[in-house]
Amino acid sequence: MFALLVYLFLIIPLIIITGAAFGTDEYLRFPPQGFSLKWLANIFEVEMFVRTFKISLEIAVLGTVLALLVGIPAAYGLSRYDFVGKNFLQGFFLSPVLVPGIVFGFSLLNFLIIKYEMPVYTSLLIGHTVIIMPYIIRVISSSLENFDYSIEEAAISLGASKVKTFFVIVLPNITSGVIAAFILAFINSFNNVPVSIFLTGPGISTLPIQMMSYVEYYFDPTIAALSVVLMVMTIILMFIIEKTLGLSYFAK
Amino acid sequence: MKKNVYVYLLLLPGLIILLLFLAAPLFSTVFRTFQGNEGLTLAKYIAFFKDSYNRGVYIRTLKLALLTTLIAVILGFPTSYYISRLSRRARGLYIIFAVFPLLTSPVVRSFSWMVILGKNGILNSILLKLNLIEEPLRLLYNEFSIVIGLVYLFLPLMIMSLVGVMENIDEDLIEAAESLGATRREVFIRVIFPLSIPGLIVGSVLVFTGSITAYTTPQLLGGSNTTVLATLIYQNAMSLFDWDTASVVATIMILTTVFVTFLINKLSSRLNA
Repeated sequence: MFALLVYLFLIIPLIIITGAAFGTDEYLRFPPQGFSLKWLANIFEVEMFVRTFKISLEIAVLGTVLALLVGIPAAYGLSRYDFVGKNFLQGFFLSPVLVPGIVFGFSLLNFLIIKYEMPVYTSLLIGHTVIIMPYIIRVISSSLENFDYSIEEAAISLGASKVKTFFVIVLPNITSGVIAAFILAFINSFNNVPVSIFLTGPGISTLPIQMMSYVEYYFDPTIAALSVVLMVMTIILMFIIEKTLGLSYFAK
Repeated sequence: MKKNVYVYLLLLPGLIILLLFLAAPLFSTVFRTFQGNEGLTLAKYIAFFKDSYNRGVYIRTLKLALLTTLIAVILGFPTSYYISRLSRRARGLYIIFAVFPLLTSPVVRSFSWMVILGKNGILNSILLKLNLIEEPLRLLYNEFSIVIGLVYLFLPLMIMSLVGVMENIDEDLIEAAESLGATRREVFIRVIFPLSIPGLIVGSVLVFTGSITAYTTPQLLGGSNTTVLATLIYQNAMSLFDWDTASVVATIMILTTVFVTFLINKLSSRLNA
């Protein structure tokens, strides 16, 4: 009974926001009066939403690809081999998740944009690549744990080169881990606020940042409609995670 | 496990990125707070804490984080225990509904509480209709709304940490205790609680440090009188252009999270010994 109440607390706000998105009123209310899709359509009328949605998508995809490119070899090295300083390096690769986002975002603004005059877009991409890295390393490492390295050794002893073995034997065996890592990293980048908020400039902003400044001035159901779109996106991505990694991964 | 020198080559690209774009910027932020005209100094910290406004912000941040953690434990503990005793299938369903909010944008999650708690929000209109109040209550933009928003944000994290540990508690242990005459209460205090401590520690560290560093929720649900450390960094950097103070707050935030994590872990090893 108690558990059910707690879960109502978790779910009801999201139901309310969904209901509010489909009303006909000019301001947010629940239960909504009438039914209309005009607020959903209105998302596309707000040019900044469309533009920042594209930027968020771009940054999330590019950042995730970059993090995978450096993260997969690192995760492989960390789980396959034993070497001096292994524990320290493992901790170091996971450390971005421990650094408060707001501190990291501020430091990047300070260091990259002000001190070294790097472009805002590049800095934003770098920031996201770094915060994504721990998710990649963790998920790939855990799927490598289930990989039987004797298969790899068999390939090598049969004459395949190490590089070829990695691409032909190891990588195909951890595909679901790579997909799950991609999705998790993508979600974390796409939803990020504290790092992005410092790394915006003329014409460059992300969707969550744009949404935050929108609600400061307007309180109409457009944001609720946008929230619904984002929740649908989350449901689809969750479905993929469940199929690849299993959602019980989060209870660890 | 094989030994290999080339392994460092695999790690190198990632290491370079983390050193250049994580370690160096953070070091630069922390370093400037100790920089004075004549060598290293704590002057900026002394100046920061001399200001009663800043002290207020720091204390408020800790207070709200502590409150959030306590509420998350009170709500999360019984809930997680209930979930952990369910069948695999039912447990999976509960986990889905905890993970979903976790993966939903914090902006969306905070915004939903603006809709509920606002002046013309749902809660106020229900209370008005029931004639329980005559004027809408001010439920938003204060410490109350921040705590609700933070609990909402972090409760799933607490539940996941606890369920992960509790589902490994052997049912036989509970049955053994019961058959030896322990009441449900005793079973809970002497069997379930001690075995859940690791999950409780992880969950509390995550919720507490998360609450100290959260930006989105206090920014959206808090007001001008409820500045916390995260919003103070933003204000100093982007509105006042006081980079030194922003760096000081950032460093204080890092030190506080490190200290709290250390403290809770220390406490837990005491409890386990």
